[in-house]
Amino acid sequence: MTALIQAHDLTRSFAVNAGMFKPRQTLHAVNGVSLKLERGDVLGIVGESGCGKSTLARMLLGLTPASSGLVEVDGKDIAKLDRRELTRRVQPVFQDPYSSLNPRKSIVSIVSFPLEVHGIGTGSERRAKALEMLERVGLPARYADNSPGQLSGGQRQRVAIARALVMRPEIVICDEPTSALDVSVQAQILNLLMELRQEFDLTYVFISHNLAVVQHIATQVAVMYLGRVVESAPTQTLFNHPRHPYTQALLASVLTPETGLGIPDMGLGLSFPDPLNPPTGCPFHPRCKQRMDSCETERPPLTVLPIDPSVQVACHLYSPNHQESTLS
Amino acid sequence: MTGQKLVLDVQGLNVDIKTPKGILHAVRNVSFQVHRGETLCLVGESGCGKSMTSLAIMGLLPKAAQRTTTRLSLLGDDLDKMSAKHLNNLRGNKMAMVFQEPMTALNPAYTIGEQLIEHYCHHKEVSAEVARNRAVELLDMVGIASARQRLGQYPHQLSGGLRQRIMIAIALMCEPELLIADEPSTALDVTIQAQILRLLSDLQKELGLAMVLITHDLGVVARIADRVGVMYAGEVVESGTAEQIFSNPRHPYTNGLIGCIPIPGRTPAGGQLGTIAGVVPSLIGDLRGCAFRDRCSYAQPSCEMTIPIYGVPEEHSWRCIHEHGVGQ
Repeated sequence: MTALIQAHDLTRSFAVNAGMFKPRQTLHAVNGVSLKLERGDVLGIVGESGCGKSTLARMLLGLTPASSGLVEVDGKDIAKLDRRELTRRVQPVFQDPYSSLNPRKSIVSIVSFPLEVHGIGTGSERRAKALEMLERVGLPARYADNSPGQLSGGQRQRVAIARALVMRPEIVICDEPTSALDVSVQAQILNLLMELRQEFDLTYVFISHNLAVVQHIATQVAVMYLGRVVESAPTQTLFNHPRHPYTQALLASVLTPETGLGIPDMGLGLSFPDPLNPPTGCPFHPRCKQRMDSCETERPPLTVLPIDPSVQVACHLYSPNHQESTLS
Repeated sequence: MTGQKLVLDVQGLNVDIKTPKGILHAVRNVSFQVHRGETLCLVGESGCGKSMTSLAIMGLLPKAAQRTTTRLSLLGDDLDKMSAKHLNNLRGNKMAMVFQEPMTALNPAYTIGEQLIEHYCHHKEVSAEVARNRAVELLDMVGIASARQRLGQYPHQLSGGLRQRIMIAIALMCEPELLIADEPSTALDVTIQAQILRLLSDLQKELGLAMVLITHDLGVVARIADRVGVMYAGEVVESGTAEQIFSNPRHPYTNGLIGCIPIPGRTPAGGQLGTIAGVVPSLIGDLRGCAFRDRCSYAQPSCEMTIPIYGVPEEHSWRCIHEHGVGQ
């Protein structure tokens, strides 16, 4: 069975102006990322800002072309796919529902716009479809002719979800869909996404910096650091046995609402490294507590963990050489 | 925390904002006290009046907003009746504030050093040299390496986490008694957020500050607060120690909020999260009864009347018609 959506060694670099009279520098936003999703999976992508999460999302959507590597949907390269064919199968939900909806359009015309682009149905059929989808995401029909400015943040995010689903896509790429929302609204949107996944047999790529949310919704998690995936595992495995020191630090930084625990000290140090000037060897080594000599010179490849083949981790701690030397 | 000096005493604080549609009651009859060495967290969703409360204390409200209180005193000095000159002497000196957005709160046209020493020279009437030494000392305290070189840098040369450390250093320059932090970690990455909060709580203990921390994140509250005030629609609906609020919440809104957040290991992954139906009411015009009654599953006809406060004031109290609270 071929995967529904698959990325092969995806790389995207940007040329950045370093300053007047200086040569342009290359920023590797995403650097050799490979992913594979089966139908019905929810892949959570976590990492700090600037780690390339959103660039990756845009590449999966075909909005940003890859510098090298390719994305395949159902075994077909999306760069060669017709734009309409792609948008029928892959749709986005973006972070900020205040800027992702056109303020001058009515709700119903925003939701029916994808149908219009694809030339599906007559005007009244499109409106009926849009209303049906709005009803499904929990927006009563009385809002249909309002403009986005009259809705709250949570309602707008529902509109964005309705717009994504009206074409009945197979894959929805959610880029921080709840970060701009209050906690009570976040819970509503997460519940809605889970219900819709069942109902429409959806596959999600769910990008978030909130690990508690990812743990709740994802089946697979990929942890990114400086444009690379450093660990990828099924959600329960990742949260119960984080392998990479960066994953461990990220998990430690989740502040669960439990009193008396205080604020954890992850010992990560101050600086997120400059992506224009990434550290040699393992990109995480300047902040890593378990750093070894080899970390400064040699970048560990993402490899399958021998004791648990569902886990991939990029760390010298788990390389066979290191395991042997610690045992002997 | 009795026996410690009372730093901030707020009784019956109201903030009204004139809008074209009528008067918006942003803060309604809010009372709390903060003692030396104590951290009070005000928690609530957007629009609940928590930021307006902090601005009202600092005397930094926008022109359209009107503040009325029965008592507002800092170290026994009445802030409400004080002359502007006297207030200016206290602000930045005895009480200081850390704002949410370290990107916008620092002036991009001045160096870090200039912004650190400006108010110190003004309040303490010392030479620039003394002030610079104090600035270096403070930057060391907030964990910024090579402090003396940093003084000549501009804000844009620093990362978000570093800028927030600079903001904290600026606030602490004059050894304030009261520190108000308005969402100090919200704009930052999770790992940096934990560092900043740890820094704040360490400094607070070390210097014996009275701290008012404003946040929407219950995880932060549980980890850092001594006392908690839960705000809804401009009112404090429940207040108590962190322990009481999280293990024995009495108000339906507090219960709802706690049920909304996914907690790794406790909420079943992929399960339904608790939600609070409905939306926050408009605060314009005359408001009667409980503002939460439209969204509350425990609502009774008597919720439209004046709502009593049950429990022990200054210990654990809740504003609800249910005398023993609603429990979990």
